[in-house]
Amino acid sequence: MRVTVRLFARLKDLAGASELARELPDGATAEAAWRSLVHETPALGDYEKAMSVAVNAEYARMNAPLHDGDEVAFLPPVSGG
Amino acid sequence: MAATSDPPVAAVAVTTDVLDVTVIARAVEAGQPGDGAVVTFAGLVRDHNLGRAVLFLEYEAYEPLAVKALQRIVDEARDAWPSARLALHHRIGTLQIGEASIVIAAASAHRVDAFAACRYAIERVKQIVPIWKREHFEGGDTWLEGAVADPDDAEAREKAHRIACA
Repeated sequence: MRVTVRLFARLKDLAGASELARELPDGATAEAAWRSLVHETPALGDYEKAMSVAVNAEYARMNAPLHDGDEVAFLPPVSGG
Repeated sequence: MAATSDPPVAAVAVTTDVLDVTVIARAVEAGQPGDGAVVTFAGLVRDHNLGRAVLFLEYEAYEPLAVKALQRIVDEARDAWPSARLALHHRIGTLQIGEASIVIAAASAHRVDAFAACRYAIERVKQIVPIWKREHFEGGDTWLEGAVADPDDAEAREKAHRIACA
């Protein structure tokens, strides 16, 4: 299946892209998408304990299952206001 | 009270447009004869932070989720202060010193609830809304990082509530 990964702020800078396409096995979770990113850009791993994940623009957990066409977003600590 | 010809103002928005406190306050003040208070808050871009001379800020959002998170804050505030109504607009893009990055308006029958709902809202924005600012200062730039966003974190929500009622 194919999913779209969205990255923001420093995660986007580290990966050098705000949006990436990923091929993942059926039944893969948000965590599997994250692992594939960290594999390519190890510096992203620093954020593992300090980030949020969203699937199709809803907050989710790393164990959320993904489906073909889903958008999964990884969010560093927020700083709005 | 708003004139009848004024266009309706959304309760929540993420926008690149300049924020106008008067316009956003209209979202909560339209024709409620039971209201006794309107509180507005504007967060401004400051020329210094952590000892650095700030030149300007760049805001980025995950827009669809940011709008939902703002709406969630409106709903949470209504649960906590049923007589209060909130409007929450956050600006994104490049903002110069002195410009408003966020405007909150809260209306209620009594000032205590309006102040509390307004304060609660800004604390929750800093906890759960997926918006980031990149600070451009003399000599460089850096993304600022605050809270790990988790709307289901009851402890964070209670903390915002405590601050609002302090």
